[in-house]
Amino acid sequence: MDYRGPYRVRATEKPHPVIEHPEDCIVRVTRSCICGSDLHLYHGLVPDTRVGSTFGHEFIGIVEEIGSEVQKLKVGDHVLVPFNISCGRCAFCKQELYGNCHESNPEATAVGGIFGYSHTAGGFNGGQAEYVRVPFADVGPTVIPPDMDPDDALLLTDVVPTAYQACEMGGIKKGDTVVIFGAGPIGIMAAKCAWLFGPSRVIVIDHIDYRLEFVRNYAPCEAYSFKEMDDVVEFVKKTTDWFGADVCIDAVGCEASGDGWQTLTGRKLLIQAGSATALHWAINSVKKGGIVSIVGVYGPTGNIIPIGNVVNKGITIRANQASVKRLLPRLIEHVQSGRLNPKGIITHRIPLEDVADGYRIFSEKMDNCIKTVLIPPSAKR
Amino acid sequence: MKNKIIDATKIIGWGVDADPENEPTYPIKKYTGDDHKRSQWTRPSLQPAKVEILKSTERPYLPAVFGTPYPPRALSGVFRRLAFTFSESMNRRWLLLILADRMDVVEGLISDVLHARFPNLVKERGLGVMLKHKPGMFARKVAIRLVILGLIGGIVYYNKRKNNL
Ligand SMILES: NC(=O)c1ccc[n+]([C@@H]2O[C@H](COP(=O)([O-])OP(=O)(O)OC[C@H]3O[C@@H](n4cnc5c(N)ncnc54)[C@H](O)[C@@H]3O)[C@@H](O)[C@H]2O)c1
Ligand SMILES: [Zn+2]
Ligand SMILES: [Zn+2]
Repeated sequence: MDYRGPYRVRATEKPHPVIEHPEDCIVRVTRSCICGSDLHLYHGLVPDTRVGSTFGHEFIGIVEEIGSEVQKLKVGDHVLVPFNISCGRCAFCKQELYGNCHESNPEATAVGGIFGYSHTAGGFNGGQAEYVRVPFADVGPTVIPPDMDPDDALLLTDVVPTAYQACEMGGIKKGDTVVIFGAGPIGIMAAKCAWLFGPSRVIVIDHIDYRLEFVRNYAPCEAYSFKEMDDVVEFVKKTTDWFGADVCIDAVGCEASGDGWQTLTGRKLLIQAGSATALHWAINSVKKGGIVSIVGVYGPTGNIIPIGNVVNKGITIRANQASVKRLLPRLIEHVQSGRLNPKGIITHRIPLEDVADGYRIFSEKMDNCIKTVLIPPSAKR
Repeated sequence: MKNKIIDATKIIGWGVDADPENEPTYPIKKYTGDDHKRSQWTRPSLQPAKVEILKSTERPYLPAVFGTPYPPRALSGVFRRLAFTFSESMNRRWLLLILADRMDVVEGLISDVLHARFPNLVKERGLGVMLKHKPGMFARKVAIRLVILGLIGGIVYYNKRKNNL
């Protein structure tokens, strides 16, 4: 795929990627996904998104070529590739912060390298393509277990680890009430994963009815539309005996709707780094001493949030890009045992050539879309 | 006055309440103390920079790997280079980059035309699927654009007439 500007993408023939570092490999992509994070790029909200870029940080594929220092991975391996690019040996990787590697992004220290996620995340081309260059081949890429469905493997590159980490950072304890903002792929999967930590209630809030209906059955959980509420925070307080949720998860990020002022300043005028409506609600809906876990993505400048309430209520805020590699062993177990069924959220399969349609459908939440998979022409043969 | 180097271990009471079990970043982070060794790890081999790579002012050298597609070009490139003279903490860095991104779109169109490629804007913008699944939204978008075009056309026509009079 080829980014041409906000709301404009197309499929173009591009040069075959080459090995640029002895620890690189080249992967022939068999499937990739469009992610909610890609929408921030598609909408032109991520600084330093250069025209011509290939997006795509959720992909699996077959190793076609390896660099001279690659030892573990072999040509022909079918691998899932974590969305973060990590060296495995810097101070951050050593502490399993694989999403915060210090050796993969020259352009910004505020974020590690990510495939196909603008020059602000390292300037790497992504996996919504036929071939992709994958650095540190022995660190990130993981051979897909033979008994695993490739679609499940595909969702282990980002959606499941992000959702799981959102719950983990929330420090969910047995008996807790968890409120999740957003019923996109991440919020839906977070509702599913939350149960693994033993809460007594899982509540999802969004405004798109088909998504609320989906998560109600898939997780399963309670799901409510904020369109039908006068005041979201009051609703959460009321349903928790006027106490507040034990844990709130922001699975929406910088393109939240629901508050005209936030939308105007964050998404139209770009005075703040996106609209922080969901985060605002999360902070105000959590109990005193509660935990707010953020996986929704925000820009590098600043946002208007009620930080005073964070102080006065003694709230703990935890957030990060998911550390996919750290979580994979546990999550593979969950998938193999049937506790998680990631591929259940895939609703659309679109040929890579029609990538523009795929983006529009997901962006506009058309045709009951939850998760879209792109199939490159070379994978269909 | 110059700052003195302080040996923290000589301070009375230093570390008496340190509790290694109190590690609120766990499990996101498996604390090993490596943070305090700073940049002392054995670095991987370094990728040679064969194209222009813009580097954040908040790091001293390039990382071991980086992406090489789409180095800065044309006028947008001038703005990108300027943006990278400011730290990540400065809003103007990011606003300049957004500005450069918008210029890049125009440069992309020019480059398409120079390569005799006329972008299919209807397909690139996915307007076909929008017409199919959300005809109301499609109609609204078309109407807004027609109104804007109409207004511009009207102003141009009015100015022409005024000048001719
Ligand atoms: N931290 C990470 O590692 C990581 C990884 C993947 C995705 N993400 C981020 O997670 C977020 C969600 O991703 P997704 O793929 O589910 O995207 P998505 O766009 O499909 O889902 C977002 C959902 O939030 C809903 N929403 C909008 N405003 C809301 C509000 N005020 N309250 C509640 N819901 C609201 C939307 O209707 C939509 O259903 C994005 O910001 C994405 O960038 C983070
Ligand atoms: Zn993603
Ligand atoms: Zn690293």
